[in-house]
This record gives sequence, structure tokens and C-alpha cells, in this order.
Amino acid sequence: MSLRLITTDIYKSYNGNEVLRDCSFSFEKSGIYVLTGHNGCGKSTFLRICAFVEQPDSGEVQYISNDEPTLKDLSLRRRITLVLPRAGIFNTTVFNNAAYGLKIRGIRGSEARQRVERVLDFVGLGQKKDQNALTVSSGEAQRLGIARALVIEPEILFLDEPTASVDQKNTGIIEEIIRRMKEERKVTIIMTTHDREQASRIADHLLVMKDGKIN
Amino acid sequence: MSSILEGFSQAFSLILHLDAELLGIILLSIKVSGCALIIATITGLPIGAVLGLGKFPMKETSITILNTFMGLPPVVVGLFLYLLLSRSGPLGFMSLLYTPTAMILAQSVLAFPIVASISHSAIAGVDPIIKQASSTLGATPLQVSWTVITEARYGIMSGVIAAFGRVMAEVGSILIVGGNIAGYTRVMTTTIALETDKGNFELALALGVILLSISLIINVALHFVQKKGTAGLRR
Repeated sequence: MSLRLITTDIYKSYNGNEVLRDCSFSFEKSGIYVLTGHNGCGKSTFLRICAFVEQPDSGEVQYISNDEPTLKDLSLRRRITLVLPRAGIFNTTVFNNAAYGLKIRGIRGSEARQRVERVLDFVGLGQKKDQNALTVSSGEAQRLGIARALVIEPEILFLDEPTASVDQKNTGIIEEIIRRMKEERKVTIIMTTHDREQASRIADHLLVMKDGKIN
Repeated sequence: MSSILEGFSQAFSLILHLDAELLGIILLSIKVSGCALIIATITGLPIGAVLGLGKFPMKETSITILNTFMGLPPVVVGLFLYLLLSRSGPLGFMSLLYTPTAMILAQSVLAFPIVASISHSAIAGVDPIIKQASSTLGATPLQVSWTVITEARYGIMSGVIAAFGRVMAEVGSILIVGGNIAGYTRVMTTTIALETDKGNFELALALGVILLSISLIINVALHFVQKKGTAGLRR
């Protein structure tokens, strides 16, 4: 694992309600970390803070890279990514959605096309690449969200409740994709789920969040 | 009743034979309104984007002012421009009064708030999840903004089409600053007003039919764009 994540004493509150309190953890091993806990315990907030979508009130999120000692903000943000519970699909084709991360990095042409097609095949959406992405099912949209993240080859992939709004069949497919991402693509995955059974099924490292802290 | 039918019959004859005078009037109308629309889009879209994406003091006040300007009375716009462009006005040295340029300016002023306000609404209405998704994929703030504007494209196009509809049908301001000079500043709406006054209903009706057809085309386009923009639910 060339990129390590260390959080130290993260504190976050909304309108005076404490969500995270002195939340510290080191993600130093590769594999699948599953953060579980009851609804509203702060799992998603923690993930969003780690992915720089939100700022903590206090505390520190630190990424340590073996190959790049002084990580700049943008270059770091381009080595990690977060898939939101509702993927936020763009109003264009499935292919263009998946290619977004490459386009903003200036990667185009045959290299980009091949990478996108490979990832779409990986998540089982290869046949739908020319379809408008807003017309796919919610399970497929979630898989597209994962494909969009995977295409940029992140070292750490955050998945916030990836199966919360999908049916049982797609839950199984997404779980299988998560396992294959770890094995075939060597991505470190940090995901949240409120489903304890799912957490036990796929976690290499099971973490429980309680009272704003990781136990 | 028979005179109206006769008027329509002669109007269709004029359209079918594509009378040179009629053609000149139609082309000038499209040229003036088209140029005004381009100016309004170039200026209105960035303003709408800044209002839709930015956070700054007086933002709400700016939006309210812009929305108020959407209902600007054309004759008032014409009056102000007349005062600015007349020989004794501050811009009188440019000799723009009673020229197509003055008409383009007047229509631009009327179209600008429509483009800016509808663009603002379309951009502000984009699901915040788009901004987050774009940002988590490593986009720079500028790329995030461009992504949001792209997502609002159908709403923005609706604004541009609506503005075109308004300026094509406009008569008050262009009559004041254009002067309705035959073969030079005479457009469809001003011709209808003039010919109706003269009792020459054939040309007025012919232009009315064409104006209605253009309005129909604009509305079909608007409907198509809006339908495309709402196809599928956001995921």
C-alpha cells in the first residue's frame, strides 16, 4: 500500500450536535475496510472528511505516500476518490460518464477508450456504453459510479453505502465487484454500510463506529 | 368576415410567391433578432453562471434585480436608448439612431435578463450531488463549474430560445430607435403595425402568419429541449 491514511482526533458537529469526537485511525494495510454502525453514527461524515468533501472542525487527515513525500492537494485528490450513496450520474452516455475522470486529466484518444471499455466490462455495463446514463436502473447507476471511480485507478477508493439504494441482485453484483477490485486491481477500499451481515461478508478489516469514534 | 378571408388568401399568395419586399423584411428581422440573441447570450450566460455558482454579498439582490428586468417594458427601453443615442445624447456622436445596430442594442437589452435569469435558475437547479461527484473524481474548481453548466445545458437552451421568442415578437423599442424605415430598419412587427394602420391587411396578415409560424417553431424547439432535459431521473 503506497498511500496510507492516518486520521487524528477528528471532531465534527452540525448545529451543535456532535457527530465525530476525537476520531483517530490508521489505514495502513491494504484490503477492504468496512466501517459499520447504526444510521447517523457518523460513518458517512468520516468518509466525506477523509475524501476532502467536508472539512473537520478540528483534527487532521493525513495521507502518506512512499513515492511522493510532499503531496500537493490536487495530486493527492487524484489518487483517491469517493463514490457517493447516490452516484450523481451526469446527463450523458454511460461511456462519457465513465470517461469523465480521464477527460479532466487530459487523457483522451485510444488509451482512454480502452481503459473506459475495460472498466465498463468489469462492472458489467459494457453492453450499455452508448445508452443515456440517466435511463439505467439504480443498481446499474451505482455500478457506473464505481466504474467512473475505477477508471482513474485510485489507490484508495471510498464507498459510502454502495448498496443502500439497490436491489438484492445488484447488491450481490456490487459485492462481487468490490472483492474483484481488491484482488485484481489491488485497490484499498474503505466503505461504510449499516448492514452488519454485509460488513461481515466482505470485510478484511471490520471497524465499528460508536459515539463518534472508531472502535 | 369575407374581407378577413380575402386578406388571408392574399397573404398566402404573398408568402407563396415570396415577395421581395416580404423576404427583405423577414431576413432583417431574423438578422436583428439573431445578433441581439448572440450578444445577450455572450453577456447573459456568464452572469447567470456567476449567480448560479458563486457566493458573494448582494447575490440575492442581484437576482431580484435581474428577475425584475425580465419584465422590462420595451417602450421604456426604447425611450432610454433613444435618449442615449439621439444627437444631443451622450452616445449621439456614434450616429446609431435609426439604424439596425440601434435595434440590435434595444433587443439585446430586452433579451439579456431573460438569458441571464433562466441560465441562473438552470445552473442553480442542478442537483448538488453533481458538484460533489465531479469534485470527488479529482476535478479542479473550474472543471466542477463547467460540469455543472454542462448539466444545465437544456435549461440554458430554454432561456436562449425564450429570449429569441421575445425579441422576434418585440415592436415597441425597435420602433422608437429604428424608426421603421422601409428597406433599412423595417422588420416584421413594425411592418404589421404600420400596414394595419394603413388598412393594408394583406402584407400585415402575411407577416402575422410568418411570425406565428416562427413562434410555433420556437415553441416546438423549446418543448423538445425541455423534454430532453427532463428525460430520465437523476441517479
